[in-house]
Amino acid sequence: MLGKLSWAAIPLDQPIPMIASGVVGLVIIGVLVWITLKGWLPYLWREWITSVDHKRIGVMYILLAMVMLLRGFSDAIMMRSQQALAFNSPGYLPPEHYDQIFSAHGTLMIFFVAMPFVIGLMNFVVPLQLGVRDVAFPTLNSVGFWLTATGALLVNISLVVGEFARTGWLPYPPLSEITYSPGVGVDYYLWALEISGVGTLLAGINLVTTILKMHAPGMTYMRMPVFCWTALASNLLIVAAFPILTATLAMLLLDRYLGFHFFTNEAGGNMMMFMNLIWAWGHPEVYILILPSFGVFSEVISTFSGKPLFGYRSMVAATMAICMLAFTVWLHHFFTMGAGADVNAIFGIASMIIAVPTGVKVFNWLFTMYGGRIVYATPILWSIGFMVTFVIGGMTGVLMAVPPADFVLHNSLFLVAHFHNVIIGGVLFGAFAGYTYWFPKAFGFRLHEGLGKASFWCWIIGFYVAFMPLYVLGLMGMTRRMQHYDVPAWHPWLLIAAGGAAIILAGIVLQIAQLVVSIRQREELRDETGDPWNGRSLEWAISSPPPSFNFAVFPGIEGEETYWGMKQRALERARLSDEPAYADIEMPRNSPTGFVCAFFATIMGFALIWHIWWLVALAATGAFATFVIFAWRDDVEYIIPAETVANIDRANRSARSAALARLRTAQ
Amino acid sequence: MTTFEAATGRDDPNRVARTASGLASKRILVGYGFWIFLLSDIIMFSAFFATYAVLVGQTAGGPGGQELFHLRTVGLETACLLVSSFTCGLANIGAQTYNRIWFYSAMAATFILGAAFLGLELREFADMIAHGAGPTRSAFLSAFFTLVGCHGLHVTAGLLWLLTMMAQVFAKGYRADILRRVLCFCLFWHTLDIIWVGLFTVVYLMGAGQ
Repeated sequence: MLGKLSWAAIPLDQPIPMIASGVVGLVIIGVLVWITLKGWLPYLWREWITSVDHKRIGVMYILLAMVMLLRGFSDAIMMRSQQALAFNSPGYLPPEHYDQIFSAHGTLMIFFVAMPFVIGLMNFVVPLQLGVRDVAFPTLNSVGFWLTATGALLVNISLVVGEFARTGWLPYPPLSEITYSPGVGVDYYLWALEISGVGTLLAGINLVTTILKMHAPGMTYMRMPVFCWTALASNLLIVAAFPILTATLAMLLLDRYLGFHFFTNEAGGNMMMFMNLIWAWGHPEVYILILPSFGVFSEVISTFSGKPLFGYRSMVAATMAICMLAFTVWLHHFFTMGAGADVNAIFGIASMIIAVPTGVKVFNWLFTMYGGRIVYATPILWSIGFMVTFVIGGMTGVLMAVPPADFVLHNSLFLVAHFHNVIIGGVLFGAFAGYTYWFPKAFGFRLHEGLGKASFWCWIIGFYVAFMPLYVLGLMGMTRRMQHYDVPAWHPWLLIAAGGAAIILAGIVLQIAQLVVSIRQREELRDETGDPWNGRSLEWAISSPPPSFNFAVFPGIEGEETYWGMKQRALERARLSDEPAYADIEMPRNSPTGFVCAFFATIMGFALIWHIWWLVALAATGAFATFVIFAWRDDVEYIIPAETVANIDRANRSARSAALARLRTAQ
Repeated sequence: MTTFEAATGRDDPNRVARTASGLASKRILVGYGFWIFLLSDIIMFSAFFATYAVLVGQTAGGPGGQELFHLRTVGLETACLLVSSFTCGLANIGAQTYNRIWFYSAMAATFILGAAFLGLELREFADMIAHGAGPTRSAFLSAFFTLVGCHGLHVTAGLLWLLTMMAQVFAKGYRADILRRVLCFCLFWHTLDIIWVGLFTVVYLMGAGQ
């Protein structure tokens, strides 16, 4: 009846997961009770859960990422403390648990922190920068988000019911085959990623279509802000790479569930094919993550330097070059496979070539800052911290792109230090810069500057203290994923690294404090005009938070940095542009389709993991019925009358007029 | 009417990519987005094709393509699918011209041909499994059943979609959004044809000829 599921699946004998999940469960129940008592449930359902507004979906993506960051970071703290303690001793985490922790850490951080963070930023910002009212397929956008949430939920359910994979963040066969991993851990991993992968693909299709086909009048490709370009490149990579992940994981599933022989030891299976396939997705994936961050830095550096971005066209070219090259280097993840010197040399050189467009970008950012009046607000601190850190990470990457060096460093902590160097210093710093930069646009008030800066300093110092020792340890021969060790020379470095993790923890605590304090002081931090940073692109031309329809009328675009031009004209003429003629606006209706689909997907995923076949059939039928019911709707849009549009827009125009008057008296 | 149609004031299906205002019509957006989805689907198939190419020789002492493939049956399958693509095109024209009889009969023909294809494929699979050449026999057969089966699953999903579309046209008539879905269905069905042509060549023709 319940397949493999029984009471034995709940790890009652292991205190750490039981306490952790107990606390998480209490927090969830507490939040639900609080929301229900306050009477917010109908509001949440109406305005957020069923929302098809790209801005709200973007915010929910980022919220998901931040909550999962806490989960992934607690895994990190456990690993660092285990390795600090496990010198000549077993530490406090048994091997089978430690293996689950490093697997969960990688899986969560890549798929449910970094991915939703950058997709959330793109979702929120791209339509605003293009001057349009929503993405191309609003309901699909909601489906994509909720499927991602399903994946995150499944990974977290594994904490309480059953176990998670012990195979690392990429489940290499034959270890991940049913012979060697008979438990449900790998199945949790596979189904969570298959389901959230579909969500990511939907997001990618949606944003590619939006960027290529939807623009305000006059917003030609070469007038798009660089963030839109990097979002385009990133989403093209999603569309081209995620199907490979889906196919690869499907093959592993067939091996595990139906006894196929894709990657097995026997009957002709070829496990190295898994490495090739997974990295044909996996290498583009790192550019999927980093390119939007590059876009954020471009926006932030230009805004806070008070200058247009240096070398816009070369920035676009570099972005698209990285997009293409992303697919030509996957083999450098397994030089040691033994593909031969020629193959390794070609992939090594291809990997080094990627440093060229990346270098172009770094110089462009530096030249943008050169001669500018730099305002050292929190977003640009993250950007400068990124430039320094990412260059170091990039150089260690080029080092490992040399096959002979890679044979020495492969699977050592040097590698771990390298990819944390580029992912924390690149992706995460970018995400935090974007979070601070666009927060006022999303909520109408800025984040507390002092706490933001304090958090930045904790993060960057903590990062160096935590990861520079890992470079040293890698060169000393320490391999990754060690549960215990007996080399005295390693111990002090691992103690330092644990200290670094503690400093990062302080940074995270400060970020939470920043959010709380900012919400409490929101009246002082209010952004009245919608342009808190003296911005240059179109998202700052509307109020904060923007109305549901974003733009009361479609803005006419006459060049790059549209909004900067509009502002200069307003300053010269000492008044805003004439009031436009307002018209009725049709907007898509909210829809519970996404949430209901994800509900069935969660049940289906859980039933597949535990081999509860009747429930699989039931959930699949439910999902199909949801689609048909959605397709049967008649009223898919509603009308916002011109009068309402005018009232909303006039309020923002008067705030901007007042700001303009203040600015002129100040001059 | 949608936001974009409202903004541009019209919804001319034959209009080219972009209006003067820069906003594409809903029909173009949907078709474009669906094409991107189809491209991603083709990439997924390419992963299975690549796997098949790697594993085609790994028969582990079991039967290979030469013993297993019957080109006569597969030829019949191919004919069914190619003709169904033609009738699917006819159905699309029927929908665009609001011709009910034309639309329903062409869709029904597409369904029958698709179902015949699927029936022949399932019989082929059952036959192979009965002769001990199931997907668990060797890596070659794993790759074969996955690649061909994935296409078969797509055809099954297509048939389900086809019936849904007939029901939608029956219930709602030729509304603009329904016509866009018919268009997407046709694109999907033709893509399955393209993939089958690759499959027929790489798997069956090259396999039987070895």
